[in-house]
Amino acid sequence: MDVLKEDQVLDCSGMSCPMPVVKTSKAIKTIEVGQVLKMVATDPGAPPDMEAWSRQTGNELLRSTQEDGKFVFFIKRLK
Amino acid sequence: MSKSDPNAPKRLALIASKGTLDWAYPPFILASAAGAMGWEVGIFFTFYGLPLLKSDLHMQVSPLGNPAMPMKMPFGPEGFQNIVWPMPNILMANVPGFEAMATSLMKQTFKNKGVASIEELRDMCVDLDVKMIGCQMTMDVFGFKREDFIKECTVGGAAMFLEYAADADVQLFI
Repeated sequence: MDVLKEDQVLDCSGMSCPMPVVKTSKAIKTIEVGQVLKMVATDPGAPPDMEAWSRQTGNELLRSTQEDGKFVFFIKRLK
Repeated sequence: MSKSDPNAPKRLALIASKGTLDWAYPPFILASAAGAMGWEVGIFFTFYGLPLLKSDLHMQVSPLGNPAMPMKMPFGPEGFQNIVWPMPNILMANVPGFEAMATSLMKQTFKNKGVASIEELRDMCVDLDVKMIGCQMTMDVFGFKREDFIKECTVGGAAMFLEYAADADVQLFI
């Protein structure tokens, strides 16, 4: 896998629905268009939720992976 | 914004009609998730849902007559926490303070699982510009005053909500 470089990290470990999505929506507004947000969550509902969130908000989910029991997302702000 | 505008955001219209601790969650979770996706959200709080807009929240949950509610303990070793305690209605109905106990156990369970409190979820809805409408008729029937409720809510009636819901993409009664 290519190495993705994030401009900001958001840790949502331990939080359950809908907090990862709500926190992500706030954090994405603090970076510039074209920049990348890395979000880490432990909620197993986060992967499908982040896919839906990206489609609905028009931001790009570059990568969604699972590592060491955590779900890691790279999201590029598009608008 | 009306639906005739192709660039209008999606809209969610909810009716919150229940005010127990368990049923307080769905409207605020759905509303904050939709708000996070950039949707317009409006919630009409009516009947027992109206107290969810009060400045001071005192929701309780009642396991009495609710056989679907798992009775588990939020503390102790894992094996102990996984026990589902059989609670006969006759016990739940007759032990003073049973609801208060069940409420504090549910709050602790939710906290352990990383679920936000109703207060936190409602604050997030305010941040996300969720339109919260308190039902005027319910306010009159139960003898509540406008000043009992958070200043961020508006007060209205069925027609006001229906007009809002008519332009919504998703409408749910909770």
